[in-house]
Amino acid sequence: MEFLFYMGDVFTPINFGLLLLGTIGGLILGATPGLSPTMTVALMIPFTFKLEPQQGLILLGAAYTSTVAGGAVSAILLKIPGAPANIATTLDGHTMAQKGEGAKALQLSFIASAIGGLFGVFLLIFLTPVLAQWALAFGPSELFWLAILGVTVIGTLDSSSVVKGLLSGCIGLWLATIGFDDIMGAQRFIFHSSVSGGINVIPALIGLFAIPQVITMFAKGPKGTDAEIIVVQHHPIGKAFNEIFSRKRALAIGTAIGSVIGLIPGVGGQIAGLVAYDQSKKMSSESAKFGTGHPEGVIAAESANNAMVGPSLVPLLTLSIPGSPTAAVLLGGLLIHGIFPGPTLFTQYPQVVWPFINSMLIGQILMCVFGLLIAGWAANVARVPPAVMAAVVLGLAVFGSYSVQHSMGDVYVMASLGLGMFFLERFGFSAAPLVLGLILGPIAEANFMQGAMIANATVGQMAYFFTGWLNWLLILIVVASIGYSIWMELRQRRYTTKEDAQA
Amino acid sequence: MRNWIAGAVIALTAMAGTAMADGHGDYPERPIMLMVSYGAGGATDFQARIVTMTAGNEDALNMPVAILNKSGAGGRVGWNWLATQAEADGYTLGAYNVPHFIAQSIEGGVDYSTDSFEPIANWGADPAVFVVAADSKFNSMSDVIAYATDNPGGLTFSGAGLFVGHHIAALQLEKAAGVELAYIPNNAGGAGAMRAVIAGEVLGGVNNLSDAFRAREAGTVKILGVFDLERNAFIDDVPTMMEQGYEIDNASVNYRGVMVPAGTPQPIIDHLAAVVPTMFENGRVASRMEAGGSPMHIMNREEVLEMWAQRQVTLEALLADL
Repeated sequence: MEFLFYMGDVFTPINFGLLLLGTIGGLILGATPGLSPTMTVALMIPFTFKLEPQQGLILLGAAYTSTVAGGAVSAILLKIPGAPANIATTLDGHTMAQKGEGAKALQLSFIASAIGGLFGVFLLIFLTPVLAQWALAFGPSELFWLAILGVTVIGTLDSSSVVKGLLSGCIGLWLATIGFDDIMGAQRFIFHSSVSGGINVIPALIGLFAIPQVITMFAKGPKGTDAEIIVVQHHPIGKAFNEIFSRKRALAIGTAIGSVIGLIPGVGGQIAGLVAYDQSKKMSSESAKFGTGHPEGVIAAESANNAMVGPSLVPLLTLSIPGSPTAAVLLGGLLIHGIFPGPTLFTQYPQVVWPFINSMLIGQILMCVFGLLIAGWAANVARVPPAVMAAVVLGLAVFGSYSVQHSMGDVYVMASLGLGMFFLERFGFSAAPLVLGLILGPIAEANFMQGAMIANATVGQMAYFFTGWLNWLLILIVVASIGYSIWMELRQRRYTTKEDAQA
Repeated sequence: MRNWIAGAVIALTAMAGTAMADGHGDYPERPIMLMVSYGAGGATDFQARIVTMTAGNEDALNMPVAILNKSGAGGRVGWNWLATQAEADGYTLGAYNVPHFIAQSIEGGVDYSTDSFEPIANWGADPAVFVVAADSKFNSMSDVIAYATDNPGGLTFSGAGLFVGHHIAALQLEKAAGVELAYIPNNAGGAGAMRAVIAGEVLGGVNNLSDAFRAREAGTVKILGVFDLERNAFIDDVPTMMEQGYEIDNASVNYRGVMVPAGTPQPIIDHLAAVVPTMFENGRVASRMEAGGSPMHIMNREEVLEMWAQRQVTLEALLADL
């Protein structure tokens, strides 16, 4: 309960001002395509040079919290996921916005983010020592199986055809091999200097999701034959809360999966949203509705990606190992003030750590309040005429891709992937499985290589990858996940007509 | 009239002459960019931000330095960019990591070598150390080597990747001790390699002194030896490899500093070479670096040129056997 003792520190005028600044700034930067949470926090580090350690960390904590949630705004309204964490949010969120339910989608995403986020930070407060052991439990073999588990999600992401989903997953896996490989440093498929560093995930995300819809909007022409007028429905905030609590299952699954997977160094943040989406779809009684603008999709994805924020800091604060790129930036923010994370952190610098953690708690609530305030207004984006919208999204896509590392190469990558995806979508392929392949490919490969090297030096590959309860648990989930997909596919074929399957 | 014209001509030539000779008298006129070939939050990025924070002072560059991260492929992406695409106008600097970029250029497949860049100054030297988990049965390097002798190729130890300082240290250890070891390059850099040691996935690891120092403060690792010529002030109780009987020099020490692309005008290089080391010597910089556990080692342009040339020779010999 020590955190309550330091709660007052967050509410001193300067600290609370910084908290507000971090939250609002984080929301805006997070909603900007191309600025991932890692980039946003890195941008704020120079401001902390001049601040006291406590103040600096409050600013960073609040910013980290709200950028993750801010990413949902562009995912829902523009179909540009701000970071890999928001991919799953686009699947149902953007469909809702297109139906005029943008306000509802945003409200649900902010409330779900706040609930998931608060749960995650409470885990950080109360269970840190236990969680630290869990973060260490994932070695190369476990991470390899986890990545494979991620691949099995592909079947769920593309509802029209498992085969096409797997095919686009394979394209993603191939794209992931471009560049220097992570372990041996070999060059693969570097056919142009733009891709010599591999395909950067953020420009790829922007291209794959945003560009096909830009082309579609341009193709409709200024007046467009089917220019439907979207009525943006007003959605009272009270109803959003009711909606969330009537969908407890999605919320619980999202929060639980986000917290558990968020802990795993290097992997968690990227796939927490997608795995949560997949699991809540499989366990839902209305699983056919996922992908058609179903609120549960948004709730599961957003509660998961914010639940991950607290636990993702556990390895950093207890073991001094940054478990995610954002944690690495935060480590810099601590070191610059001469604060070394580790088990003694909480006893040596309680006046810094607890306000930092508290700022993430209060930040979640502030983020939710501000989010709800702007949701109704922001949803009007859907009313912008397609031609204008296409120009704006295209501008943001170019800006976002360029700003990742000030490179025109990334813009070319974004544009070519987007153009390719436009044609693939004509043939019924979808972007989500492709991105999943792109993200998981390097994780699976690098961990397999490392595992194999350790195994060859010690017990042998079979023994290495197939011993330990965690390995077997993951293998069993993989088998169950594949089995479920096959069973659903067969059942659909038997009982439904073609139209139903595609609906 | 004729005199007036002659005078004007002379004056103009004189002005043009000074402009040509000096050329860059007003340098720098706008903010300068420092390319770091590792991601935000990494040790190089973190240190680069600290050592450039006083750049805007009047006695330093009088212009702020902005950090630009171009990460990927162990630094190859950023250095390729600096060598081939960056403008050599003095407004684009790059951070170097030796031995990384030299080893990569010897390995091949990249567009740079030591000739592609002109060093300005060195700010830090982070030696590699050998770490084992806090509960490991190894208490000295001789324990480690004894195990490796009994289990040829069975001593697994992690490091940040291939053709980086850690890998060089691993090769040196293998050669000096005359044993076969299993070096496991990690895809998540030094932090990932350290995690593997703490989690017990590998029996030991080569890691940065600064990170190992922090980990030891956190009580998760033991440090068994330093891959450098002398002991380090941060951990003066840990003996060097040489003291423990292994002929290992400082070839793996991770030197970090500032360079510019070859072709940058000489006056600008001279100006930077004169100013940048004094900027590193600033007291605020030193105290921040000290607080962050990052060993400083300031070297001027001549010293760095010599160090680069030395490394080129050592690394060529070491990597020839691969």
